[in-house]
Amino acid sequence: MSGPSDFQPSNPALKWIERRLPIFGLIHSSFVAYPTPRNLNYWWTFGAILSMMLALQILTGVILAMHYTPHADLAFKSVELIVRDVNYGWLLRNMHACGASMFFFAVYIHMFRGLYYGSYKEPREVLWILGVIIYLLMMATGFMGYVLPWGQMSFWGATVITNLFSAVPYFGESIVTLLWGGYSVGNPTLNRFFSLHYLLPFVIAGVVVLHVWALHVAGQNNPAGVEPKTEKDTVPFTPYATIKDAFGVSCFLIFFAWFIFYMPNYLGDADNYIPANPGVTPAHIVPEWYYLPFYAILRSIPNKLAGVVAMFSAIIILCFLPWLDSARTRSSKYRPLAKQFFWIFVVVCILLGYLGSQPPEGIYVIAGRILTVCYFAYFLIVLPLLARIETPRPLPNSIADDVLAKSKGRAATAASVMLALVVAGGLFAGSTQNAKAEEGGSAPPAQSWSFSGPFGKYDRGSLQRGLKVYKEVCSACHGLSYVAFRNLADAGGPGYSEAQAAAFASEYKIKDGPNDQGEMFERPGRPADYFPSPFPNEQAARAANGGAAPPDLSLITKARSYKRGFPQFVIDFFSQYQEQGPDYVDAILQGFEDKAPAGVTIPEGSYYNKYFPGHAIKMPKPLSDGQVTFDDGSPATVKQYAHDVTTFLMWAAEPHMEARKRIGMQVFVFLIIFAFLMYFTKRKVWADAH
Amino acid sequence: MTTASSADHPTRRDFLFVATGAAAAVGAAATVWPLVAQMNPDAATIAAGAPIQVDLAPIAEGQDIKVFWRGKPIYISHRTKKQIQEAQSVALSSLPDPQPDSARVKAGHDQWLVVIGICTHLGCIPIAHEGNYDGFFCPCHGSQYDSSGRIRQGPAPANLAVPPYAFLSDTKIQIG
Ligand code: FES
Repeated sequence: MSGPSDFQPSNPALKWIERRLPIFGLIHSSFVAYPTPRNLNYWWTFGAILSMMLALQILTGVILAMHYTPHADLAFKSVELIVRDVNYGWLLRNMHACGASMFFFAVYIHMFRGLYYGSYKEPREVLWILGVIIYLLMMATGFMGYVLPWGQMSFWGATVITNLFSAVPYFGESIVTLLWGGYSVGNPTLNRFFSLHYLLPFVIAGVVVLHVWALHVAGQNNPAGVEPKTEKDTVPFTPYATIKDAFGVSCFLIFFAWFIFYMPNYLGDADNYIPANPGVTPAHIVPEWYYLPFYAILRSIPNKLAGVVAMFSAIIILCFLPWLDSARTRSSKYRPLAKQFFWIFVVVCILLGYLGSQPPEGIYVIAGRILTVCYFAYFLIVLPLLARIETPRPLPNSIADDVLAKSKGRAATAASVMLALVVAGGLFAGSTQNAKAEEGGSAPPAQSWSFSGPFGKYDRGSLQRGLKVYKEVCSACHGLSYVAFRNLADAGGPGYSEAQAAAFASEYKIKDGPNDQGEMFERPGRPADYFPSPFPNEQAARAANGGAAPPDLSLITKARSYKRGFPQFVIDFFSQYQEQGPDYVDAILQGFEDKAPAGVTIPEGSYYNKYFPGHAIKMPKPLSDGQVTFDDGSPATVKQYAHDVTTFLMWAAEPHMEARKRIGMQVFVFLIIFAFLMYFTKRKVWADAH
Repeated sequence: MTTASSADHPTRRDFLFVATGAAAAVGAAATVWPLVAQMNPDAATIAAGAPIQVDLAPIAEGQDIKVFWRGKPIYISHRTKKQIQEAQSVALSSLPDPQPDSARVKAGHDQWLVVIGICTHLGCIPIAHEGNYDGFFCPCHGSQYDSSGRIRQGPAPANLAVPPYAFLSDTKIQIG
């Protein structure tokens, strides 16, 4: 892309093509011979990482679309079926869902890098603006993708975000109706979001081509911020940059794999494991972590229209950055003041993200307003002002000089930067968890689970006992509709044989039909059947249970959570703690007390539960000692029942967990070995360049 | 610019490059596996393909029914004496895909023909009781099957396939 190339393939067939379509010359000049500054640091590998992420998202997305059903009644279920039944469906879904977060994580680093090193300055303004356009497209794509699983957060996120447009004067309502294709978010909305979610990544890919084109015309910026002058300042893209990028990518994959295999729900929201319900809004609507800073800006402005304008301006302002910051010196390395303000700005963004996850009340609102002012002040006051008053430190004469004069302090800076970013990432990531405050319930005590940690496995005995408790007690009111009898014989499950599962199934009566006479009939269950639900529909369930329909238990251990708080959620990231759901379910089952403590009034038809948010639960105490007898001599106590049934329900919610952790370990071992190999290969290759 | 292979430590360097390249190839292959395997039938589809039972009692002589197993139409024909007679007496040498009638029905249950109703040419569904052979006629490209489901005329290369099935009793079969 940097002009005609004199590259000629030697193979006659390739030569024949090259004369008609000079594609090999284009590839050679763009990705092989292309001169890159020799002093690029690892922050520059994020371009390659982002390309890889885009390709991966498109690939996994196209595959998921082969199995997904974009219909309001079927979408949630189809996602569950992908995870449960499709070969490696759980892996593909985790890759895609966590991949979105990783994509944003990488793009933020890429953007901050551009900000720090002044990569938006002349002659790279168009390159930068194309980048902002990609970022906007990514936000739209990410938002629409989050709607597709059609859980509670999907639905209400879609409602809140589309309602932003209702702030437009005069046309607001019509625009929103147009977006919805109805009078509220519904099936037409889901369908069009699916269509657009499929389209936009290809638009992004197109803009990425322009982005790379612009990059190859202007040439890459570099940490010194001085343009290459002689041959000595650059190295050819291949092998030098290629191998360095590949090493960067392999390190990033280790980070990515941590989420895919060990923390797939860490960045998600438990509420999204509850199917969309247009009648109930979750207590705290929180967008995905990557939108949080902008969400905080939106909420800190007390006027609807002004809030929406401020939120969009916070992104659009990036387009004007090349002109707001008119300082001649590019790299903040040589701008003592700009460097400090840059880090302040990073902290402001992270704090805004944190605030975005908190309930909009009290101190959080005030802090949000102050930080919003800081955010805009950085662009509108600090940068223009610094350009006029700051005296930059002397620049190196050339890139080659910069490489030679590598200061000793650099390793320390890099380390501190890395640390700051890890903390920032953890903070960002965990802030979603933090948002799920559950008022008025005590934190459930942490239990020890056989399935926790990287080597966790389900305790077979516990699963079998839990199944018994479910069958004899819970199933009277709660369905388990995503679990089929055949699953009882699956690897990583309760460990029954196929014959045992078939025998278990045949004890159930399943409604089938219509037969040749057009009538529905009952027949014994088969392994392919699903656990029948106790009530024919939600209304019946509601009517029979004092107005509160007992939830289906297939996903209950993933759909419930509680506030972990700071700094616990940061520690959770490293300790792989993911058992909020089971801890909560176990605690609820044991948390019933006959008498409410003084000062707590429980309404008629409700019961006191220590751990239930608000303490008044509609479910009467379900378990009591001696209610279920176990054949294996385990104690017939509520504690044991609660533990076993929770273990069983965790398996019901995540039947492939053992495979996930096992394959995760293999992937980790591989990736670490591979990263080492890449590192040494990179050193060997670069040995020639120094 | 220097190239990657210099004369100093050719073996160590080459080993490193080969090892890295090999690891990359292994990683790529392992990644492709789940991406392809996901296209195979999922667990629910496989479970739904379990054997089915069919009651033969309501099918009168000369009649046939169509049931579905694994998404395929299965013809179950209660053959007449004449049809059985025709199927058994034809000279094998005259058949494009020679197979005696006895190999296509269960011993002692000569009156029951159970075949997968998918034309072996290109997959259309032949119509029962049509054509010149008292069997099936495929409307797509004119293949004709006899009362034993054997190809007699037309472009189809093989006889209609017989699904795996067994008689549970005289009036009940299990397909699959
Ligand atoms: S498909 Fe039956 S004749 Fe071609």
